Parts: sequence; C-alpha cells; structure tokens
Amino acid sequence: MDKQWRFYRPYRSPFDPCVPKRVKAYIVPPNQFMPFQPPGLRTFSPHEALRRGTLWPDLYSRYNPPHREEIDP
Amino acid sequence: MWIYEKKLQYPVKVSKCDPRLAKYLIEQYGGADGELAAALRYLNQRYTIPDKVIGLLTDIGTEEFAHLEMIATMVYKLTKDATPEQLREAGLGEHYADHSYALYYHNAAGHPFTITYIQAKGDPIADLYEDIAAEEKARATYQWLIDLTDDVDLQDSLRFLREREVIHSQRFREAVEILKDHEGEKKVF
Amino acid sequence: MTHHPMPKEYYRLLYELQAVDFVLVELTLYLDTHPDDTQALHEFHQYQRRKQGLTQQFEQAFGPLHEFGNSPVGARWTWAESPWPWQV
Repeated sequence: MDKQWRFYRPYRSPFDPCVPKRVKAYIVPPNQFMPFQPPGLRTFSPHEALRRGTLWPDLYSRYNPPHREEIDP
Repeated sequence: MWIYEKKLQYPVKVSKCDPRLAKYLIEQYGGADGELAAALRYLNQRYTIPDKVIGLLTDIGTEEFAHLEMIATMVYKLTKDATPEQLREAGLGEHYADHSYALYYHNAAGHPFTITYIQAKGDPIADLYEDIAAEEKARATYQWLIDLTDDVDLQDSLRFLREREVIHSQRFREAVEILKDHEGEKKVF
Repeated sequence: MTHHPMPKEYYRLLYELQAVDFVLVELTLYLDTHPDDTQALHEFHQYQRRKQGLTQQFEQAFGPLHEFGNSPVGARWTWAESPWPWQV
C-alpha cells in the first residue's frame, strides 16, 4: 500500500441506505512534510521527470486510489 | 510581455471519443480552482507582494497558462468531431445551444467563470495562503477528474497536471518561509 | 496550410524538447526560492545549452517555435501555419 494514503472509519448508522464503505481513504502528498526543500535532492532523468511531472522523486505523489477490497478485506 | 511558444508543456493524447469527459474537464478551464483562476490570481497578486517572491508568482502564473492550454486541448479533441446528437447525449446540449463547438470559461455545472473566484488581499501572508489552498484544491480536482476518466492516455496528462499542483504548493510554502525571515537574514538549510 | 499528418520525427523531437524544457521549468521555480544554490544554477546552465541545440534542430525542421522575432524565420512566412499545438 502506498505510504501517502491515510484511512479512517466513519460512523455508520443501521439506517444508511447504501452499501456502507467502512473505510475511507485520502492522500497526503509528500510536500506536506517538506517545509523548505533542502538542496542536493536526487533528481529524475529529464524523460522521467516529464513523465512524472516533477524533477524530484522526494516530491513525487502517485495518485492510485486503493480499491475497496484492499483497505476493507 | 509574454511570448507564445508553439508547443504544449506536456503531450496531450486522447484515445477514446468520449465527449462526456469534456463536460467534466471544463471544470479546470473555467472553474473556481481551475487554471484560468490560478493564472489570473498569481499574475494579479504579484504587483503588491514583496519583491523577493514576485519572480515566483510570475513564473507559476505563466506556467498556469500552459496548463490552461493543455485542458483546452483535451476539451477540443474530445468534442471537435462529435455530432450535435452525440454532444446532447453527453450532456452538452445546453453548451451547444449557446456556444456550438466553442470552448467557454465555465465550470462542469455550466456556471460562467467569475472573478469572484479569486482574491487579492494585499497582505503577503494572506495572499500566499490563498495560493497554497488553491493549489491543493486544484490537486483534489485533478484526483476527481482522474477518478471519472477511464482513458489511460488522458489520465496520464491529468496526473502530470496534478503533480504540478504539488510542486506549486511546495514553492508557495517556501515563499511564506522566505517572508517570515527577518530582513537581510540568509536562509540557512 | 499543411494538412498531412506530422512525421514521426516531429513527435520525437518535440518530446525531447518538452523533457529538457520541463527540467528548466522545474529548476526555474526551485531557483526562485533557492537563488543561492549554485549547483542548481550550474545544472540550469547545462540544460539551457541542451535546449538551445534541440530548439535549433526542431526549428530547422518544423519552423519557428516562438513569435515576435524570437525564432529564426526562413525565406517564407511559416509561423502562422498549422498545425497548432492543440491540433497535433
């Protein structure tokens, strides 16, 4: 599981009309943990940087939301 | 002065003819947290921000126009060859009635762009916090657009745009740190 | 007005240029908040040189990339010719 995801279990009522999602997820991108980028961070090659949308692996955030089965087996 | 460059910042490939996606993508064209709002916000705030961060606002504001062009490209490619009937089925009948195939600055729900989406307080910290929030909201919008899309090529361009919001947010937060420093003090790493 | 599809070489060169230009965008924003990082500035210079070479190659083959006299133009005015970036 991608380390950028956080999970919580919302309150469930017995009267909820839809099949409940017992676990909900949200993403916290790595920029939230870097108050000021330190110099000399590793960089991607130009092609890889373009493909990923950033030059720095430490600031790369992959967005692949987890499937329901993964977080609530 | 701005100079146009005859190329996109990142390749936009659309593999499926699915005009409905255009209806959603237009959110990032003329919506509250879209690329137009972003560009106008930063390029307007820069006149009254401390000199140390004018360059950053100018450069990010300029990059936002490149992103606006990418979104326009997606919408253009998704709609240009559709029949009025197909557009109607895609929920774009109202759009066609007023604009035909033209792009228009409105959001996914059809509300026209309004400058009240953006603020300029003239207080550097307040303005930069608005900018940080705008980047995080735009990142979230890209997430929801990726969720709504099943075209992997289109998703690829949307992921690029989403990551740019992460970087812009990073730089704006660094700008806040720079402004927190006392006059003349060097930023020590 | 050109209406035949662009050759493979156009897309290849364009992608090379997009990659190098992207590094320059990233380094620009970084240097805006880290103006004293001499290593990053050095890399900026290097990529700028690569950009110059690629731009020259691209413009020779496919015409000017920049308007208002910022790109060389040949004996014929091709700037306003298709395709535009959203069309390719």
